[in-house]
Amino acid sequence: MDTFLQQVVNGLTLGAVYAVVALGYTMVYGIVQLINFAHGEVVMIGCMVAFTVIVALASAGLPPMLVLALGALAAIAVCMAVGYGIERVAYRPLRNAPRLAPLITAIGLSIVLQHLALLVWGRSYIAFPQIIEVKLYRLGNAETSATISNVQIAIVVASAVMMAALLALVYRTRMGIAMRATSQNPAVAGLMGIDVNRTIAQTFLIGAALGAVAGVMVGAYYGIAHYQMGFMLGLKAFSAAVLGGIGNLAGAVLGGLLMGLIEAMGAGYMGDFTRVCTLDTLLPGFAEACASNPDASLLGSNYKDVYAFIVLILVLVFRPSGLLGERVGDRA
Amino acid sequence: MPEAAAPLLAAEGITRRFGGLAALTDVSFGIGRGEIYGLIGPNGAGKTTLFNVLTGLYSLDAGVFRLDGKTMGSVMPDQVATLGIARTFQNIRLFGNLSALENVMIGRHLRTRAGVWGAVMRTAATRAEEAETEARAHALLEFVGIGERANDMARNLPYGAQRRLEIARALATEPKLLALDEPAAGMNATEKQSLRRLLETIRASGTTILLIEHDMRLVMGLCDRVLVLNHGRRIAEGAPADVQRDPTVIGAYLGGTHREAATT
Amino acid sequence: MSGAQGRRFPPWVGVVLVTIALVALPFALMQAGTAWVRITNFAILFVILSIGLNIVVGFAGLLDLGYIAFYAVGAYVYALLASPFFGLHWPFWAILPIGALVACGFGVLLGAPTLKLRGDYLAIVTLGFGEIVRILLNNLSEPFNLTNGPKGISSIDPVSVFGLSLGGTTKVAGFAIPDAVKYYFLLIVLLVAVIVVALRLQNSRIGRAWEAIREDEVAARAMGIDTTRVKLLAFALGAAFGGVAGGLFAAIQGFISPESFVLNESVMVLAMVVLGGMGNVWGVVLGALLLSFAPELLRYTIEPAQRALFGKSLVDSEVLRMLLFGAAMVAMMRFRPAGLLPSAVRKRELARLAQDDNA
Repeated sequence: MDTFLQQVVNGLTLGAVYAVVALGYTMVYGIVQLINFAHGEVVMIGCMVAFTVIVALASAGLPPMLVLALGALAAIAVCMAVGYGIERVAYRPLRNAPRLAPLITAIGLSIVLQHLALLVWGRSYIAFPQIIEVKLYRLGNAETSATISNVQIAIVVASAVMMAALLALVYRTRMGIAMRATSQNPAVAGLMGIDVNRTIAQTFLIGAALGAVAGVMVGAYYGIAHYQMGFMLGLKAFSAAVLGGIGNLAGAVLGGLLMGLIEAMGAGYMGDFTRVCTLDTLLPGFAEACASNPDASLLGSNYKDVYAFIVLILVLVFRPSGLLGERVGDRA
Repeated sequence: MPEAAAPLLAAEGITRRFGGLAALTDVSFGIGRGEIYGLIGPNGAGKTTLFNVLTGLYSLDAGVFRLDGKTMGSVMPDQVATLGIARTFQNIRLFGNLSALENVMIGRHLRTRAGVWGAVMRTAATRAEEAETEARAHALLEFVGIGERANDMARNLPYGAQRRLEIARALATEPKLLALDEPAAGMNATEKQSLRRLLETIRASGTTILLIEHDMRLVMGLCDRVLVLNHGRRIAEGAPADVQRDPTVIGAYLGGTHREAATT
Repeated sequence: MSGAQGRRFPPWVGVVLVTIALVALPFALMQAGTAWVRITNFAILFVILSIGLNIVVGFAGLLDLGYIAFYAVGAYVYALLASPFFGLHWPFWAILPIGALVACGFGVLLGAPTLKLRGDYLAIVTLGFGEIVRILLNNLSEPFNLTNGPKGISSIDPVSVFGLSLGGTTKVAGFAIPDAVKYYFLLIVLLVAVIVVALRLQNSRIGRAWEAIREDEVAARAMGIDTTRVKLLAFALGAAFGGVAGGLFAAIQGFISPESFVLNESVMVLAMVVLGGMGNVWGVVLGALLLSFAPELLRYTIEPAQRALFGKSLVDSEVLRMLLFGAAMVAMMRFRPAGLLPSAVRKRELARLAQDDNA
């Protein structure tokens, strides 16, 4: 029972991060109808920049919260520059080219970004400094009760605040109106006096800023960073966006949270469900495997990265428009 | 003549909505074999929507199409072509980076069989089929009058030639019904004259034509019968001369009184 | 399409000259060291891979970002059926089609649900698939050992053709012919076959249907092309090519592990296709050869240059190579989307223009 609650807590934390990254994908997709393949790399760079700033300021004797905030601000600034660069290099010049062209360019850019990060931050895993002391709060009275950490609480709260701010921006400001108009029909939006180029660039900037914060959150949560971390994270967040209905902001949040829960539950339970010793009556050979290694299971936590992908495939087969999406398929 | 025989294409109660907006409401008509049938109406009347539901790009909300007496059901665009309806597009959709010849050869896809094995092994049957495909494509390019441009990339052809190429490509599928969406758009008077001759030749060769067109002079001179749509409803059908005198139609084109006119 | 002007020799002269050059090449390379023959062999392998990916990306316009997974499938099928790991030693010619079929089957499984949707979905699904295959290869050693995990599979049987084993050195009339040279000839024969197949496919009813879909899917459907089926065909055939190349890789290398099938390899093959010109078989051959030799060139030029300038190597040539690949993809899409070699249609057009000028 407490394992269950613990996996819910972990899943929601992870899901909050996925949701923030998924928002970046879905915003860009909503406005240019293209996947921003380099978005995962933006998140990675956000994490790395925050790491560098925090390490540099660690010995300055500043309050830890301030250091963290400065790290996040630096990450946001750098990522917005990167996001803008991606739009200017990969998407704007190729807006009227065949759809393959911006996708290939974005892949090329993400390879470049990854290897630039490798040059700057090296090939090995980096330990993210724990400048804020981790405190665990027990959810219950028993020794075995599930726990939630202050970092997890901070991640969930920060994600909620950012999502609320984003919704307010999209639905309550002139910039948001321009974005929604452009996503409906760029040509008409242009005729109505909206600067379409500027609006698309703003969308990339906001997506990148969200990605930067997500990067900081991932670093703080896992305490570790790597130049290739953006790849899997991006893939999962994209799957989350598709699950929720790509192009739909609420869908990205819902999809992200669900994806986090699915992964946490999968990692927490699939190993037990598929333990060879519990399956030994089903197939010959399982009994021997059980005898040689009682802990062995078919789908251990090594497979946690696979669940997001399975969800993606299932969604595409059964409900390509996602949970909250409407439109699907090619426009004529 | 067209009234008596069973129609090649019969549309009954065609209805299509986009959200709350009724783009087509209960539209019925019949196109006789060998006819040139015009589809006219003011902008936004639902002509292209009718084309798109007929050719499977949009699904139907109600109604049925019958081709040669057989119900078409809800079919995918490629199945529509298989059944014998070929179309062109209002804003030309050629395979731009392929040659004119290849464009027409692609139109033969449906009527040819060669698969991967035949292609890789270059079997005698495949080579014969390829030769025939190419010969037919050349003949069709000649037929529409752009035979000398066979090796040009489609997107480099002049506008009028692109329209003709689209017609040749559609004819390559050997359609029973050729559906043309504003084939004369953007053409000058001379080009329209020769397009008109081309369409008459196509009809003479036994292909029925459904035509959306804005140029009234072309429609009136060419079509055997026309269907007039306004606000997604059928407001008149008949010989061009009669339709032209119909007060409802005149009202629809002049604007203003169409609502009253349609109900009276 | 024949009948170019100003050709002074009959076509067979060219064929003979190319054949002589291809036969002489490995012996010339051996003067510089057998290592160069091995490098050439891997370059040929990547040419075969690129030609396969070109069917998917270039002909049909579908973005496959996990192509190396099919290569991995082919390689593991070969390794499992021809190594002491399961004690199976099936002949090369029997396994190659099996590997192709299994890879093809994976292609269909993956393509069937995705190809109905927009192209971007295929890209992301294949990206995920590539990674999943790698995770599976790494983890399918427990509880049942199917892949031997990260340790990989070794002592894979060499290919043997008509009783002649291509592994080890063979003495022919006093000359020692190393395995690399024997494999070179096998690879060249297969490469020619693969090129012929690709060219014939392109110039066929199916090839035209692929190109139609790439150019305008709506118009292609209006022409009666069952786009989902035809796209699936391209995807499955591309996968089969990948499977064949994977089998060859396992046999030549004698050892495989999941390390050889990472995302960067998929990106590299894609870069080769993009650089050479999507849809153009000869362009892709050129692109694959250029990028295959690029790391060697970098190793012999950039590394010493860095040492001379800075006293040490600042940027690892491996990293530099990936940076160049990424930058090449960006630059090609922007400035030369048709690739290094202009496509066949444009060549025909240029020929016609030249004719007009002469007239």
